[in-house]
Amino acid sequence: MPDLIAKPALDAAPVTRGGATLALLDSGPITSIALFPGGEKAASKGLKTIGLTFPGPGTWVAKDAARIVWTGREQAFLIGAPAPALDGAAVTDQSDGWAGFGLSGPGAEAVLARLVPLDLRAAAFPVGRAARAALNHMSLVLLRTGPEAFELYTFRSMARTAWHELVEAMEKLEARAAVKG
Amino acid sequence: MRIDGKGIIDRTRPVSFRFDGREYGGYKGDTLASALLANDVRLVGRSFKYHRPRGVLTAGSEEPNALVEVVGRTNQTPNVRATVQEVFDGLEARSQNRLGSLRFDLLAVNDLMAPFFSAGFYYKTFMWPRAFWEKLYEPAIRRAAGLGSLSGRHDEGVYEKAHAFCDLLVIGAGPAGLMAALVAARSGSDVILADENPMLGGRLVSDLGHVGGTPAAIWVAAVEAELRSLPNVRIMTRTTVTGAYDHGTYGALERVGLHKPARPNLPRECFWRIVAKRSVLAAGALERPIAFPMNDRPGIMLASAVRTYLNRFGVVPGKRVTLFANTDAARATVRELMAAGVQVAAIVDPRPDASSVEDCPVHVGAEVVDSRGRHGLREITVRKGAEEFRIETDCLAMSGGWNPTLHLTCHMNGRPRWNEDLAAFVPSEGAVPGLLAAGAANGTMSTHGALAAGRAAAVEALEALEIRPAEVAVPAAEDAPYAVTATWAVSGTKSGAGGRAWLDFANDVTVKDVRLAAQENYRSVEHMKRYTTQGMAPDQGKTSSVAALAVLADATGRGIPETGTTTFRPPFVPVSIAAMGAGGRGAGFAPQRFLTSDQASRDRGAPMTEAGLWYRPSYFPKPGEATWKEACDREVMMVRQAVGVADVSTLGKIDLQGRDAARFLDFVYTNTFSTLPVGRVRYGLMLREDGLVLDDGTTARLGDSHFLMTTTTAGAGLVMRHLDFVHQAFCADWEVRFISVTETWAQFAVAGPRARELLSGYLGQPVELPFMGVAPVQIGGVEGRLFRISFSGEEGYEIAVPTRYGEALFRDLLARAETMGGGAYGMEALNVLRIEKGFITHAEIHGRTTAFDIGMEKMVSAKKDCIGKAAAARPGMVGPEREQLVGLKAAAPISAGAHLFRPGDTVERVNDQGYVTSVCWSPTLNAWLGMGFLLDGRARHGETVRLVDHLRGIDVPCEVCDPVFHDPEGGKLRA
Amino acid sequence: MRLTCPLCGDRDRREFYYYGSDDYLDRPGPEAPASAWDDYLHNRDNPAGITRDLWYHEQGCAQWLAVTRSTVTHEILRVELVAGLKGARE
Repeated sequence: MPDLIAKPALDAAPVTRGGATLALLDSGPITSIALFPGGEKAASKGLKTIGLTFPGPGTWVAKDAARIVWTGREQAFLIGAPAPALDGAAVTDQSDGWAGFGLSGPGAEAVLARLVPLDLRAAAFPVGRAARAALNHMSLVLLRTGPEAFELYTFRSMARTAWHELVEAMEKLEARAAVKG
Repeated sequence: MRIDGKGIIDRTRPVSFRFDGREYGGYKGDTLASALLANDVRLVGRSFKYHRPRGVLTAGSEEPNALVEVVGRTNQTPNVRATVQEVFDGLEARSQNRLGSLRFDLLAVNDLMAPFFSAGFYYKTFMWPRAFWEKLYEPAIRRAAGLGSLSGRHDEGVYEKAHAFCDLLVIGAGPAGLMAALVAARSGSDVILADENPMLGGRLVSDLGHVGGTPAAIWVAAVEAELRSLPNVRIMTRTTVTGAYDHGTYGALERVGLHKPARPNLPRECFWRIVAKRSVLAAGALERPIAFPMNDRPGIMLASAVRTYLNRFGVVPGKRVTLFANTDAARATVRELMAAGVQVAAIVDPRPDASSVEDCPVHVGAEVVDSRGRHGLREITVRKGAEEFRIETDCLAMSGGWNPTLHLTCHMNGRPRWNEDLAAFVPSEGAVPGLLAAGAANGTMSTHGALAAGRAAAVEALEALEIRPAEVAVPAAEDAPYAVTATWAVSGTKSGAGGRAWLDFANDVTVKDVRLAAQENYRSVEHMKRYTTQGMAPDQGKTSSVAALAVLADATGRGIPETGTTTFRPPFVPVSIAAMGAGGRGAGFAPQRFLTSDQASRDRGAPMTEAGLWYRPSYFPKPGEATWKEACDREVMMVRQAVGVADVSTLGKIDLQGRDAARFLDFVYTNTFSTLPVGRVRYGLMLREDGLVLDDGTTARLGDSHFLMTTTTAGAGLVMRHLDFVHQAFCADWEVRFISVTETWAQFAVAGPRARELLSGYLGQPVELPFMGVAPVQIGGVEGRLFRISFSGEEGYEIAVPTRYGEALFRDLLARAETMGGGAYGMEALNVLRIEKGFITHAEIHGRTTAFDIGMEKMVSAKKDCIGKAAAARPGMVGPEREQLVGLKAAAPISAGAHLFRPGDTVERVNDQGYVTSVCWSPTLNAWLGMGFLLDGRARHGETVRLVDHLRGIDVPCEVCDPVFHDPEGGKLRA
Repeated sequence: MRLTCPLCGDRDRREFYYYGSDDYLDRPGPEAPASAWDDYLHNRDNPAGITRDLWYHEQGCAQWLAVTRSTVTHEILRVELVAGLKGARE
């Protein structure tokens, strides 16, 4: 009988540069929940069983390890927990479609300012906010998880490029910091 | 010459740099210009057209003369302004635009020929013979005229781009900018304060004034300390705001590492995109030269520049200085020079009513009318009334008044207004939405006026943002009224010697050139500019545009406002392409998408080829194979005779769910999917609304209301956008949702007569899937999907697993295939297999073909509406006048892109019968095969056409046939 | 240039794909005459002033947006979700 070995999107040790630390995330299952017209009530009932509510635009909410992240019009990704049985929505497994990255530290915002054309100042993008955006040319789901902490999800096939571009931005910031004046 | 005790350079940090191969000393804080002047180097470059010796004119980014090449280890940057480039240990700069040495430039002969080089000279002279332009004239002119040169090598420098957001962007950190930033900062708003200098203060650094009862420098330091202590303020020095764009977007260029020796990862420059809710333009003003005859010698400088060199750098550019100026304000320069112990020869003031009380000779109502000195100023001629006399001087400080730095207010089509009192243009209000000009940039020339205007602008901006402005008192400061009598151009001496009076130093445009333009009827400012090239050099006419306009107005007998306005486009200063395109080089150019099989393919020596952003294996070479074609032929025969495995994960995959999913598919596909049974797959054709083919692919019905669509690799993004449009625009209330699962599944084709045997063995149970069937499969503990579809013409399957298992599955399938006389096949073989079978790709559905053209008009269902159906039925979209898909067969190599002709016709466009889209050598049929489009092609099977490719020298007869060469009945697929 | 996506907020123009006039929302019925289809596909006004056109938030929420703007002042007057517009669908 075949015994298939699972491989992560990328094999890389955490990197700390320029006041930020970049690490791969193992976020567990990712499920897209896309509401059908009028399906919100039924879907919310299903989500309630794991203590979550459907998030409003540009936000995410958590219950224990499970998080639900707004990803589009009447669409959200449930991350970190298996999807409960629910009606009123199209439920699609996305676990293998995305590579997750954690970016944290006092320099995290400056790193993202090199790659993401979004206003990420704490007032404009506080903890609890999520955005569909671009990491340079790549599709991105971005979450702010702490005052100095972000989670990034890009297409799995682009994980190597995403890592490369993030590290490059961190290296430039480190070089800048080293030549004050 | 350096003056003791003056300037804010750091005398504890000497640096050594090279200019034209010679080593010089300077200090940290020096610009290349100030350090060269401190070393008494006055000649720094040659002019654009006449190769005149040139020195430093200004002390800022507006410099038209002192352009040099800065040479790094791996790069060479031309046209660097010596007035902006800071010196550092090891800096290497070269003068440019010379043949031979700077002092003995062989092209200086151009200056002797100046009478011939008037405006329009090239257009008038190099007209004939025509062929000479490209071969002789242009190369010679390009060598003689022009600016610096590139290294011709790849620029290894690091560049950066970044985004920033704020409530208030303050552009310029002089008195107005500092005050605006202070008010906004204390009010709690997010402030970005950008200034192109390394330090804050603007003119306060150069002019030894007082603010709030303390020396200006102390006030600046206190404001800076406060701003730096606040978390809501970002100070960006060495940052020039280069452009104002729609909706509060600004471009800015930061010189990050240009003042340092290169080091790893340190960006040379960073291009910022700043989004500001409001902005204050406090960019100050630019002093303007006076166009007097022979006003271009090294040693003739702007008065404010002389003052800056004295007070900021502790440098005097001469031993015996003269001032030629038409404002009272300019006299501060000579007073400070005298206080520093420098000899001042005279003040020449063209205003008849000007004061003559100074500690040096003052010639009121007088003008400078000539100058002498080969490589630098030695003497000037002054005319006062009917009298002319000479003054020995090696530095002439000149000032024709000031022009507000209003460039950014023109970037969105704003037209500045003429202000007669200032004899200058001032910004129009509201020229850039959200931007307020303040201080000298808005024509308020006194220090106190600028401070007050900066505060007022900040208050207005904050109130518009509903932020309560903090109370900040305006400190006391110099508040003298600014008065100017316009002095644009000065006529020559009685004897008529000299004569040329430069307006635009950078492009060598003189008063005479502008007058000639007017005389030849280039009376519009836009025409004059293009005819003379005034304002078209890297400095974009910062020191010349207004004076040139004034001269044009005079020559055409109009006032300045009637003549026109100067307008400016972005960027305010030159921006290197490398900075704007930062990150877009090498691997950063576009994301790279890697397959799960990537490593396994590379392990087998497969060269990878780009397919969109994906990297796919071209072929899998075996020992002894010398060319790609040998590998490809073997892989084709392997699939035809045994079994091949290929990664097809790049195809777009879209998961559709909902009660209306089938109805939605019926609407976007030409054919019907509502009738497709669960567990079956159907080929579908998708049109654009204009009736042309958009994409094709198979769609599987996984459940009653669950479908899986596949798109071509190239069409994946396109189809998603199209589906989103159709759904959101026409049927948002239907119960259907869809999402890309391209990245979620790794999918492999297993094709060939032994494919079923391979899969049955691997899965441990007989595979009994009908042609165009789909079923879930268990692979060990992993849930996958098995499709029976074929893109090769052989019995074919595609097996899909969650992406994390892709690599393992690929290696397993390959290992099994290799024991069965099979193996992996790459893109080359895949292409041959599909051409042999007559399957189309985007080479055929390239945006100009209809369903009829590719022989699929029967797939457009008559029973229902679908996107593109109405337009596909328009006249001209079907019929014998269309080029239709055909197969082509030849005995010699043929090429895609070739055109088709009747054998008897001449090879001319009028006889064109069609073209070729795909070709291959078919090892199966032992022939060259092609697909192409031929006029009325389906009716011409069996005919011979002539295939001509001029580019590759191919001219081959071809047989027109059905595009399906291999197994036309499809028996193998259904086996 | 910036657009305020009703779902994602204020975003840079680079995130959006431009399609064309909002005429594309008024799709003729299948039985409409050829002239109606010709108008729908090809004939456009090119006003100096207010226009409404379609943009796709490709690097964001994947929504199609109807943007009302002035071609003269570049002012953006309104941005709406196409999916929420009435009368724009069959």
